[in-house]
Order: sequence, then structure tokens, then C-alpha cells
Amino acid sequence: MKYSKPKFKEKYGNYINGKFVEPIDGEYFENHSPVDNKLLAKYPRSKEADVKKAIEAANNAKEAWGKTSAGERASMLMKIADVIEQNLQEFAEMETADNGKAIRETVNADVPLAVDHFRYFASVIRAEEGSATELNENTLSLIIREPLGVVAQIIPWNFPLLMLAWKVAPALASGNCVVLKPAEQTPASATFLAEKIGGILPPGVFNVIHGFGPEAGKPLASSPNVDKVAFTGETTTGQLIMQYASKNLNPVTMELGGKSPNVFFSSIMDHDDDFLDKCIEGAVLFAFNQGEVCTAPSRLLVQEDIYDEFIKRVVERTKAIKIGDPFDMDSMMGAQASNDQFEKILSYIDIGKEEGAEVLVGGGANKLDGDLANGFYVQPTILKGHNKMRVFQEEIFGPVLAVCTFKDEAEAIEIANDTMYGLGAGVWTRDAHQLYQIPRAIKAGRVWVNCYHDYPAHAPFGGYKKSGFGRENHLMMLNHYRQTKNMLISYDKKKLGFF
Amino acid sequence: MNNKRVEITPEATEIVEQLKDKHGDVIFHQSGGCCDGSSPMLLPKEDFYIDDNDILLGEVAGVPFYMSHDQFEYWKHTHLTVGLTNGRGSSFSLEIPLGKRFIIKSRLLTEEELNYLNKN
Repeated sequence: MKYSKPKFKEKYGNYINGKFVEPIDGEYFENHSPVDNKLLAKYPRSKEADVKKAIEAANNAKEAWGKTSAGERASMLMKIADVIEQNLQEFAEMETADNGKAIRETVNADVPLAVDHFRYFASVIRAEEGSATELNENTLSLIIREPLGVVAQIIPWNFPLLMLAWKVAPALASGNCVVLKPAEQTPASATFLAEKIGGILPPGVFNVIHGFGPEAGKPLASSPNVDKVAFTGETTTGQLIMQYASKNLNPVTMELGGKSPNVFFSSIMDHDDDFLDKCIEGAVLFAFNQGEVCTAPSRLLVQEDIYDEFIKRVVERTKAIKIGDPFDMDSMMGAQASNDQFEKILSYIDIGKEEGAEVLVGGGANKLDGDLANGFYVQPTILKGHNKMRVFQEEIFGPVLAVCTFKDEAEAIEIANDTMYGLGAGVWTRDAHQLYQIPRAIKAGRVWVNCYHDYPAHAPFGGYKKSGFGRENHLMMLNHYRQTKNMLISYDKKKLGFF
Repeated sequence: MNNKRVEITPEATEIVEQLKDKHGDVIFHQSGGCCDGSSPMLLPKEDFYIDDNDILLGEVAGVPFYMSHDQFEYWKHTHLTVGLTNGRGSSFSLEIPLGKRFIIKSRLLTEEELNYLNKN
């Protein structure tokens, strides 16, 4: 199969009330591809008036949508999944053009996972039940879930379609209408999705508004006419969005990233077998998606007695990463998503070096030839240092791994937890006790045990500490998008007796 | 030695001045975490709640520069310079619509600087 940059129209509109509409003041912004820095298309630079229109459309649609049966909604979500699957190649090419990530990831991960996510939420709502509890012989408590109404969702640029699916699928499944703002670096796939699924959902149920954070994100997050705000991004904007939501006493969920430890114990090297091979790949997964993953295993903790031998093989495997044309199925890493990301990553490599970290491999930009010379490519980089260095403490969001050693379990746990964040972690061992006890001791919402970067729809995902709160994935998400209605019914004919 | 924890480049200053004209009083708050994290955010002063959990590192271009205390614990040995790059960040930072992004360049504080700053 040959993949290439897909054709884009010159410009796109916002998707409001089932139609593409131009921004009210006629302003657009240019979206360039990080693959070669060339213009892809123009998208609306929406302002408060556009956002209000989208929120109004969602509010007009919410009553009827909230009354649809689970069966009807499930059927529509299944159709959405089918449409994405039928257009898998084009979605994958669009994600690669827009975000810069390698086509092997968009074809095999981003798009199929998005499809599965819609199918998962379509399925679980059919199997759900409320509850009826007889509190005493004359009192019955019914718990019935009701949709919140209109949900504002602000999503990031690292997995544009998949993060859309993570947020939109459970919100729609629960009976809410959505106003979605994709990140301004990656507006393409949300727009493409709206084009493809337009006829499936009633008008106003799913709305997409483009634009910049301070101009379009702010009126969306602060609107008194939405019932919830869900955000994935960084901590300062997270706080700001919570403040805006607090004025309306609106619930929020926050997914704010991490600095995830990936911990390798001595026993992994007891045998040179498939499992050790898996461990080496598990350490090199820091380069997955160019390191632009909230849960990137960006801190490698290796028990000191196996360090020399293990790191040698991790460095070898890292050197074998093929960086080239993101549309080539053999390329293992693509471009960073934007120039400012690229510059930020390089500035972190610099401060790492200045702090005394030793560069084991990589350590700079990666210059590619031809059209790709203008793209944003970084060498997969491993820095050896200690956990107090800034490269160990800050989310670089690039292919930069910070490695240190530990002597025993206690020190491994101490280093793993010495961070402001607590989103992901990895634990690798052949020891049955460590398999359970170490993950329990690490303060993070997702601990992968003898695996990493697996994101099944039926496993809850979210952060401890400054990584945020609330969860994504899993059917528990439905309740993040619903109210609890309790009907308390008395079958007693006698009065209370107070009056 | 200039005894400052944070400074700013002339290019970044120019953009800050432009944004002050448009938005009035503004602050910098150093972000952390996912996506556009680890970058400084320029926000309208009245929008962002600052309290004892934040530390004031200094003023750049007449704008106070804050960071949360727990983050500062990991940053306090470094000197920061607010610079400017082209690029399309997301986040709510005010320069985003200009196609520019503030960026932090860091260097280690010298022993002399650390001694001074820790005393004052």
C-alpha cells in the first residue's frame, strides 16, 4: 500500500447544526504540515460569536437527543465507527499530514483505536442497567442516569482523531450534545469526520468549532450555557479552564500530562528470550509518536546491577529507529507537530546537557533531505542523569528519554514518585511479588505491568496528582457525562406524623 | 552576574508590549505537563488566580513571572530567559493568534548567583 498526503480543499468551515458554516467575521488561519511545513488548508479563526452559535445549536438539539433510546444512539455510533473504518486510509493520511506522525502508527493505532472506541461505547450502553433498591418494605429507591446536556470538549494535537473519539464517543453515548474544539495545530481529522458522518447524527448533536485558545477556547470554557468542560492539555490552561468553569459551577475533567517512570528490575535479564526483547522495546517506546504522548515513558529507571548490559541494548535499539518520510510505512518516527514544539525539545536537550546529563544517543535535530528539510524532526535522544535534573521533571513532549539507576525496590519507588505528576508508569519484572507490589506503590492512574502504551477502550485512564482528575475510556466514563437522578418512592399510605 | 532568575529577549519584549496594549495588565505563568506544557503562558491578569501556591520569580518587560511552588522546587537552580519562536501553540496564551510562541531557554545559575538569590 502506498500512502501520500491527501488532497485538501482550500478552506473549511465550522461544523454547526449539521452544516459547514463560514466564520462570522470571515477570518481564517493557515494550517501547515509539520512534515514539510507546507500549507494544507485554512480553517476558521472563530470568535465568541461563532462559539455562541455552536453552543446554541447544541442546546436546541439536546432535549430530543437526550430522549433517544440507547439502542438508537448505539446504532448511530456503530455507523460512525463503520464510516471511519471504511475511510481508514484517508483518515490515516490526514492525521500524518496534519500531525507529522508516522503512517505506520496512524494506520495501525490512531484510526483503528478510534473505530473501536465508538464501537465500545455503542456496545456498553446497550448492556447497562440502572438500579432499584428496596430501602425498607415501603420505600423504593430508583437510580436513573440522565445526560448532562451540552458538553464542551477541548482536545489536544498529539492524537487528533483518537482524542476526539475518547471524548466524543462517551459523551454522545450518554445522550449529550457536544461542542468540540480541536487543537489549532491539528484541525483536519475532526473536520473530515464531520464531513463523513454528517447524515448520521441529528443536526446540533455534534459541533466542531476551530480557532485559537484565547479567542475560541475561552468563550467555550466559560460559557454559562454548557454543562461540563472536558480538557486535555497543560497545567496552567487547566487551572484557567477550571476557574472559568467554577463561575458556572460546572464539572470539569482534566488530563494534564505526566512524566511517567518506566521501571526495569534485575530479573528481566535472567534470560535472553522473547520477554527481554519485549522489555527492550518497552524502554524504546519513549519514541512512540515522537514522544508526543501524555504517558510517554520518559523516565527510564534501571536497577543498577543490570544497567550496563540493558542500556547497551536499549541504545542499540534506539539507533535502529528509522526516521524518514512519515508517509513511508517503514518510517518508525515522523515529525514533531510544530515548530515551537521542535524548538522547545531542543532547548530541553540543551539544558539537560548543561545540567551534566550524558548523551547516550541522539542529542539534536535531525536534518532530512528534499521537501522534508523544512519539517520538524528530532533525533531520538537518551540522556543519563539523575532525577532532580529538569529533563527528569518536565514533560518535554518529544523523543527524549532521561535514564537513571536505582539500587533496590525502595529507591525505585522513591524515584518513581518524585514528580509532580502521576499519569502513567511501567513496571517490568519476572518477580511475582514485584508484579503486584511495585505498581501499587507508584502513585499513578495507569501502571502498565510488563507492557506499555496499550490503550484498550475497556481500561480506565487518568491521572493522580498534577496529572489531573476524572478518567477516560471504560464504561465509567458514561457517568462522567451524566447526572444521577434518584427517585425515592413511598408505598406507605400512612403519614410521617410530624404535622 | 545580574542577580535575576528570569529575563526576556528583545523580540519577546516587543510582542509582550503589543499584547499589553491590546489586553491591559498581563502576567506570565509557567506551565507544565502535556502538549504545550513546559512553556510560559501570558494571560490577562484578572483571569488567572495567583496565591501563595505560586512564587514570583521576577518581572520581565514589566510583567510579573510566576510559577507554582512545587514546580519551582525542580527549577530553582536554573536561570530562565523568555524568548520567542514562530509556531502554532495551542493553550490559552495570548500570543497564540499572532503565530508566535513564547519559549523558555534555560541555563544553570552560577554559584555566585545562587548565593545571592537564596539570600534575597
